[in-house]
Amino acid sequence: MSSIENNVQELIARRAASELKGPSVVNLGIGIPTLVAKYVEDELIHFHTENGLLGVTDVEEEDPNLVNAGKLPVGERVGASFFSSAESFGMIRGGHVDVAILGALQVDETGRIANWAIPGKNIIGVGGAMDLLVGAKKVIVTTSHLTRDGKSKLMKICTFPLTSTRSVDMIITELAVFSVVNEQLILTELMPGATLEQVRESTEANFLEGGFE
Amino acid sequence: MAIVYEKVENALSEIKSGMTIMVGGFGLVGAPLTLIEGLSGKDVDGLTIISNNLGEAGEGLGVLLRQRKIRKAIGSYFTSNREVGEAFQRGEIDLQLLPQGTLAEAMRAGGAGIGGFYTKTGVGTELAQGKGIREINGEPYVFEQALKADVAIIRAHKADTLGNLIYYKTARNFNPVMATAADLVIAEVDEIVAAGELSAEEVVTPHLFVDRLIVAKKILTKEGVIHRKQCTRADCEACCQ
Repeated sequence: MSSIENNVQELIARRAASELKGPSVVNLGIGIPTLVAKYVEDELIHFHTENGLLGVTDVEEEDPNLVNAGKLPVGERVGASFFSSAESFGMIRGGHVDVAILGALQVDETGRIANWAIPGKNIIGVGGAMDLLVGAKKVIVTTSHLTRDGKSKLMKICTFPLTSTRSVDMIITELAVFSVVNEQLILTELMPGATLEQVRESTEANFLEGGFE
Repeated sequence: MAIVYEKVENALSEIKSGMTIMVGGFGLVGAPLTLIEGLSGKDVDGLTIISNNLGEAGEGLGVLLRQRKIRKAIGSYFTSNREVGEAFQRGEIDLQLLPQGTLAEAMRAGGAGIGGFYTKTGVGTELAQGKGIREINGEPYVFEQALKADVAIIRAHKADTLGNLIYYKTARNFNPVMATAADLVIAEVDEIVAAGELSAEEVVTPHLFVDRLIVAKKILTKEGVIHRKQCTRADCEACCQ
């Protein structure tokens, strides 16, 4: 990964972290969402990982049997608990997780996302994405604004299969922050260095321009 | 109540071609690597495997995939082993993809005498196609059938001689729920202690779910999957016993 891509991911992760307010239980997806944790200092934010841990923290001593959903080594904080996958997804579907931060391959203009399959590609996995989308009280998507070949990921209609019919609540890219209200994207913030023109040019989806500075 | 087995091949003696087998683990974490290795040495094929993943390329269930012992796999994330997609493209294996929470709940239901359940997960997506939809309190739910198996091979941390099980950190994952949902349950553990040594409060899987026990010989370490006796870490006494 280039250092520019790296910086973009860190920028997005830091912005997402600022959305989190304790007390809160937060599930982080794979990719940019995983980076969010290092920007969170609030002790009242507890990270949940669907493979069976509430209380994820930085890795102290690497243990191959203590991992997050991306199979990366993690640590367990004071007050952590372990549970089975069935109980973990009961927490998710049952509405006990306050915020899920997820990656996306595409977002449509009603705020629905596609993040589990690419037609014609050998990606045969869905993991917990569909469960998190129906169960988390708030869903924040963190993604680069454009694909590697420069196409907008914020599209009128997703061409990849949808992960859920539920619209997410917020989309954070390196260019902008959008809220989703009544299945309508609303531009609420420009990211540092980004211009409105740039956001308009880089966004295929229709969006309202909210009252931002 | 469980019987302790010394030899892996004896613990696996009832497994026959065409059976449905649940296999614990999230990737290699919490996978019964000794029992999987035992299966790889057994002359069986046409297996249906229910497991979140099919291991990694050439590791864990990935070995059985290469041996073409698996006819069908039911799981949520096969992407972690690229050879699964390749085998699927060649028509060597059937795959049934379920959302991870639906996979877990289907086994929970299977083990609890429930025929199926309605969930919001997957409604309106490709994974709900062909499944029944029912409106409950004004919202659509999709029907998912329970899962059961002939055999479950699972990984736990400690067992007592009765078969009560406790687990280790995130190696727990699907193992406790699989222990409830199969006719024959074989658990691989780090250590077998006398009944009474595990606190009744801490037991996660009560012994009535567990039929056979075996001590793990193949384990996951920071250095990868190793046989116990090959472990060369300076602090091996701590990590291997």
